[in-house]
Amino acid sequence: MLNYLEPLLETGIATVRLTKVTRRSFLGTAGAFALAAYAMPARAFDAYATGGLGMEHGLVEDPLIFVSIDPDGTVTLVAHRSEMGTGSRTSIPMVMADEMEADWTRVKIIQAPGDEPKYGNQDTDGSRSMRHHIQMARKIGGAVRTMLARAGAEEWGVDPAQVIVEMHEVKGPSGQSLGFGDLAAAAMAQPVPAHEEVAYKTEDQFRYIGKGEVQITDLHDITTGSAVYGADVILPGMKYAVIARPPVVGGKALSYDATEALKVPGVESVHELPYASMPTQFAPLGGIAVVARNTWAATQGRDQLKIEWDAGPNGGYSSEPYMAEMIATSEHPGTVARDQGDVEAALAGAVKTFTATYTQDHVAHIPMEPPAAIASYTAEGLEIWAPVQSPYTTRKDAAKAVGLDPEMVRVNVTLLGGGFGRKSKADYVAEAALLSKKVGAPVRVQWTREDDVKHSFYHTTSAERIDVALDESGAVTGWRHRSVAPSILSTFAPDEGNVLPLELAMGMTDLPFDLPNIRCEHGKALAHTRIGWFRSVSNIPHAWAIGSCVGELAHELGKDQRQMWLELIGAPRSLDLKAAGLPEDFWNYGEPIAEFPIETGRLADVLNIAADGIGYGKELPEGEGIGLAVHRSFVSYVACAARVKVADGRITVPEMHMAIDCGFAANPERIQSQMQGAAVMGMTVALHSGITFEGGAVMQSNYYDYDVVRSDNFPTVVTHIVPHPFSVHATGVGEPGVPPVSPAIANGLFAATGDRRRHLPMGVEA
Amino acid sequence: MTTITLNGVEQVFDEDPTMPLLWAIRDIAGLTGTKYGCGAGLCGACTVHVEGKAVRACQTSLRSVEGKAVTTIEGLDPEGNHPVQVAWRDLNVPQCGFCQPGQIMQAAAFLGETPKPTDAEILAAMSGNVCRCGCYQRIVEAVRHASTGI
Repeated sequence: MLNYLEPLLETGIATVRLTKVTRRSFLGTAGAFALAAYAMPARAFDAYATGGLGMEHGLVEDPLIFVSIDPDGTVTLVAHRSEMGTGSRTSIPMVMADEMEADWTRVKIIQAPGDEPKYGNQDTDGSRSMRHHIQMARKIGGAVRTMLARAGAEEWGVDPAQVIVEMHEVKGPSGQSLGFGDLAAAAMAQPVPAHEEVAYKTEDQFRYIGKGEVQITDLHDITTGSAVYGADVILPGMKYAVIARPPVVGGKALSYDATEALKVPGVESVHELPYASMPTQFAPLGGIAVVARNTWAATQGRDQLKIEWDAGPNGGYSSEPYMAEMIATSEHPGTVARDQGDVEAALAGAVKTFTATYTQDHVAHIPMEPPAAIASYTAEGLEIWAPVQSPYTTRKDAAKAVGLDPEMVRVNVTLLGGGFGRKSKADYVAEAALLSKKVGAPVRVQWTREDDVKHSFYHTTSAERIDVALDESGAVTGWRHRSVAPSILSTFAPDEGNVLPLELAMGMTDLPFDLPNIRCEHGKALAHTRIGWFRSVSNIPHAWAIGSCVGELAHELGKDQRQMWLELIGAPRSLDLKAAGLPEDFWNYGEPIAEFPIETGRLADVLNIAADGIGYGKELPEGEGIGLAVHRSFVSYVACAARVKVADGRITVPEMHMAIDCGFAANPERIQSQMQGAAVMGMTVALHSGITFEGGAVMQSNYYDYDVVRSDNFPTVVTHIVPHPFSVHATGVGEPGVPPVSPAIANGLFAATGDRRRHLPMGVEA
Repeated sequence: MTTITLNGVEQVFDEDPTMPLLWAIRDIAGLTGTKYGCGAGLCGACTVHVEGKAVRACQTSLRSVEGKAVTTIEGLDPEGNHPVQVAWRDLNVPQCGFCQPGQIMQAAAFLGETPKPTDAEILAAMSGNVCRCGCYQRIVEAVRHASTGI
């Protein structure tokens, strides 16, 4: 177990014990660690299948696309995934550098523009960056190291087997030595070796991989204010725009008067943008744009617009009646998505049943950086600078918005000031493109925080009803889960009210419990706003319902939470899809089930680690309780143990233990930071995040009514990472920490005070 | 016309004096380290120093800083090695990094006034700065770490 944090008991605040990069000198012990490209027989790591090839434009493993070496020895590596805080911009190049024996201090990272045919898939979501690219990065690094060795061998006229590549140096058998820069041209002219020809490192030879000692590449720039995010690019002659968008999706301006807006000093022009109707896909919502000499003038101008809005077909959307309708729908049989055994017979014949319905409001992502984009439309084409998770999709959408061929569009990817799924949908980029074309100058579109809260692609709202059958011994004999929620599909295709199988496969139909009778159903719910994905997606409502229900069953049956979880999870095994009543091609986050099975032993392990870590079962002061929850998502296993404290009428969570099994841990320091972040975001979801609608419009607007966990109430998190060799495939990290947090907090609150809450957000008041 | 000393250099702003300092810094002076996060003084992403005190630049008009010294993240230390910046790097605080200039400016001003803070003082001083990535644990630890060097 790797414990990255040890709590300081006297303060309750954990110390961070993360050492900076220590570059051990290998000079004295070269023999022990020397890497010969050919001295050893080729030793390919066992490559395995992932869903990476199945992604649009798949994987590109050509080192000539990703690696270049300057004559001075500088190694430039291309980061093709967007950086939004998970560390992928550092971690994937770090893997390449390690395999090629590059000295990290001599590595430069450049960001790829949106170009999937060249770089492979660039959709930075789904917790896929390391999962799909760790093998590709090793192959690229190993190939370049081999090419350097071959170039050295040719230079010296020796057998390549006698050449050693070590820490930015290529060494021959008679003391010859050349730097990477000296051999750059010759190495890069070598044919690219096949995977089987490369002598990869053994895991004990990794310098950076798995160590957690490489700092993120943008660390210095971030701390000095020079890091470039979406709104930080300044172009000559650039204009600044803000937009008044229809309050209701599908609405439009019946009329508008810009007279007063145009009088605001600095305002230059006002433009009406075309409106969107559902399914909107990622098209802008339309509205009235104010273009000005600076952002302040633009916002002042917008305040002076007089607009008469027509709400359109979604003007009747109000959260309270909608929730009541979803709950009512969950009371009737729905479409069956998983059917194992005979749950109806189990419920009918049960000695006792337990029923509960768990609900959740919509959630908005509110990354610290609200959407912003810069576009420059000229006769040569369209150039974009923007914080986007999917730069190639953005390129196609921006091209479509202004009627250009995507070949005429370049999307430069800045750093993202948080993404969480919002920045996969680049409606803000298309807005900038449209406006740049209209005004004939570069335009920066800035969303205000209110714009961001009111015009997001919202996490779904849902009602989850679970009916449990119990026999005379108190054993669970049947589990029926009905989910009712508007679908992400409604954003892309005409809405029939049905969710996608993959939404249900996020934590509902993949239920790993060892029970004879399980049925999962879904009921219809039509969407009346743009539904999108938010960090961990449908796993949030599903884990919330299932985890809360397990806590409630424990109480009903007089068991402790750990015992209840372990009984339901059952013996260590891989879930048998057929026996579970699931199809052979069951969606497994896009991964082949043979390589990434659903393993209940790993689920139980992380639960035990978190429970042991927090000291589950220990005596606690009055008003405190520990809650447990565990969940598999993005093919990783995460447990949360939360110590909840109720004092002065407020719910606080002073301590959490997060235990993650994500297979091989490529960068434990960033895994830890993701677990700390997931704990905070999960706690925000649990206590604060509720977006509600009235008359089709969002009722919240800024941090005062859509608050988040802050530094005066964050949980001290202890992260446990289950260590694995490379052969246990690396899996997701960015998202899977979030789902178990809210049920753990709910179970902890119940343990503290007996107060059971079944709606998210729970609120902070006890 | 408003004259301020921005990062040690006198600068004249020929803009609407009600313009928030945030937009004068970003759009007029072209210093982009100071971030827009909420525009309402609720998140702290735009924190700068006015005469050494932390203020929210989105809630501070140009007029109100006439003749005053304004420091942004770019001017905190000539080498970027203010003890708070160093602590932030030593403890690998950032995830996405967007809020961190504001966090650092808040912490630097706070430690200037309270060189040896208690944990409760740190938590209270930093509670107006939101980090949506959830870096609070490391932020608080970094403030404590920096306080030993100031």
